[in-house]
Amino acid sequence: MSIVATGVTKRFGEYTALDDVNIAIPGGSLTALLGPSGSGKSTLLRVIAGLETPDAGDVEIDGTDVTGVRPQDRGVGFVFQHYAAFKHMTVRDNIGFGLTVRRRAKAEIRERVAELICLVQLEGLGDRYPSQLSGGQRQRMALARALAVEPSVLLLDEPFGALDARVRTELRRWLRRLHEQVHVTTVLVTHDQEEAMEVADRIAVMDHARLQQVGTPRELYEEPSNPFVMGFVGAVNRLGDSFVRPHDLELRPSANGVTHPARVERVTHLGFEVRVELEREAGGALLAQLTRDEADELGIAEGDRVHVAPRKERVFAGGAGI
Amino acid sequence: MRGRLALRFAAVGFLLAVLVGPLALVGYRAFGDGAGPVWDAATGDATLSALRLTLIITLIAVPANAVFGVIAALLLTRPRLPGRTLLSVIIDLPLALSPVVVGLALILVWGRTGWFGEWAIDHGFQVIFALPGMVMATVIVSLPFVVRELVPVLKELGTEQQQAAATLGASDVQILWRIVLPAVRHGLAYGVVLTTARALGEYGAVAVVSGKIAGRTETLTLRVEERFQAFDLVSAYTASIMLALLAVFTVAAMRLLNRERH
Repeated sequence: MSIVATGVTKRFGEYTALDDVNIAIPGGSLTALLGPSGSGKSTLLRVIAGLETPDAGDVEIDGTDVTGVRPQDRGVGFVFQHYAAFKHMTVRDNIGFGLTVRRRAKAEIRERVAELICLVQLEGLGDRYPSQLSGGQRQRMALARALAVEPSVLLLDEPFGALDARVRTELRRWLRRLHEQVHVTTVLVTHDQEEAMEVADRIAVMDHARLQQVGTPRELYEEPSNPFVMGFVGAVNRLGDSFVRPHDLELRPSANGVTHPARVERVTHLGFEVRVELEREAGGALLAQLTRDEADELGIAEGDRVHVAPRKERVFAGGAGI
Repeated sequence: MRGRLALRFAAVGFLLAVLVGPLALVGYRAFGDGAGPVWDAATGDATLSALRLTLIITLIAVPANAVFGVIAALLLTRPRLPGRTLLSVIIDLPLALSPVVVGLALILVWGRTGWFGEWAIDHGFQVIFALPGMVMATVIVSLPFVVRELVPVLKELGTEQQQAAATLGASDVQILWRIVLPAVRHGLAYGVVLTTARALGEYGAVAVVSGKIAGRTETLTLRVEERFQAFDLVSAYTASIMLALLAVFTVAAMRLLNRERH
């Protein structure tokens, strides 16, 4: 089920959280809303869910205008960063809540809950209370709870933000697999570009209440439409008016007319990759990424003088800085 | 270790000296001439009538304040409510105000020459020197307890669980019954206990509006004072013991209710 937001604006007092946002999310996709905190990404998700009312603009789900529709009647599943588990209910009752309030038959609820417990791999934990689960288990319970009512879209607000790094990586892969199984249109809010790139097939980058760019992870990385996007989805160097990825910097032992002289400040070996921190003689720090073989060939060491040239660079209209 | 023991001694000793001791003495004095006079005093018409009146007032005032308390607490925890501070101050007022003033205010409003006094008399509705006035007085003095217990637990609960329930299709009524009330039940129960205790023990405000007509508008607390002044000590002590037992029942009932679910 597709989601279309048109001209959505939301203010909280003096503060503008969303400024004329237009986005179309295709049905069945897994889209990430990516941006720094305060960029408006969570507010956009909450507007789609009906938890916030926009000051201007419309939201359509599956071709129907839902702007004035209560969250109860939108058919969305919402997962919160801090789980929002119903603490006084067991895992089973949490997952079955949406069916219980719809007054479905007890047997049907029992069956559906058992199915979902298997889907989110919480077998044997159905009679526990949320306080007896780990963070990762709680979030899987919250996902099952949202999926129980067969929502037309699934909205995840920083779902892995409160978990430790190892569990987070595990759950990302699991979510990816789950999406392949269930195929519900999913929107994931995150401030972590690696998470967005790993999980999502489309990424919408937000900053300062505005949508900056929408595209596949590769498009955003290769063809960023402005310096903010370029800097947010990967490391970037500034050379005059142009922007260069660290792996697109070439280091040469001698000058060739287009190179910039620089001094090697630090060399870090990370197995296959070698990171070189440089200080330009004209001023300004640079970061270069080389393969181990390239670094060996150059015989690079701290204190060396090298000559730097971009292999591939981007110049943005207006030449705005980051 | 020794310090902790001394502390425990001090706490228990304090309780014995100021609470348990005097209460035990009341019981001891009441039974000074055996159980017969106590039984007679407890089953006398005036005492039974006072007990009934106290229970009726409590059974009206406590549910009324529980319902009002839940609504007011929900309002007070709304993020953007105009006039929140004013509402909060008004709810706290009975805590600071002397109950006698509450009684006097009720007379000014509902008495023969008060705002609604004439209207009430014309419609055969007597407030002052009757049950409605005593219930109003009790409701006012026991008003803040449920609200004050609920506001902090509601704040701690936050709004995420309610929002989650809403996206799952629960109506506002279902959210209140299935999510909010179960989550705050301990605070609510404690607020109800405090309200009940206050309603059972209320003296000042009720004394002003009741007219203290024995057998008609005399509650247990009023009766304790009235019998004491009349040197009928056994009746005064007996009524006191009945009040103490009601208090014990209230606390025990809530403890039981709270233990049922974990």
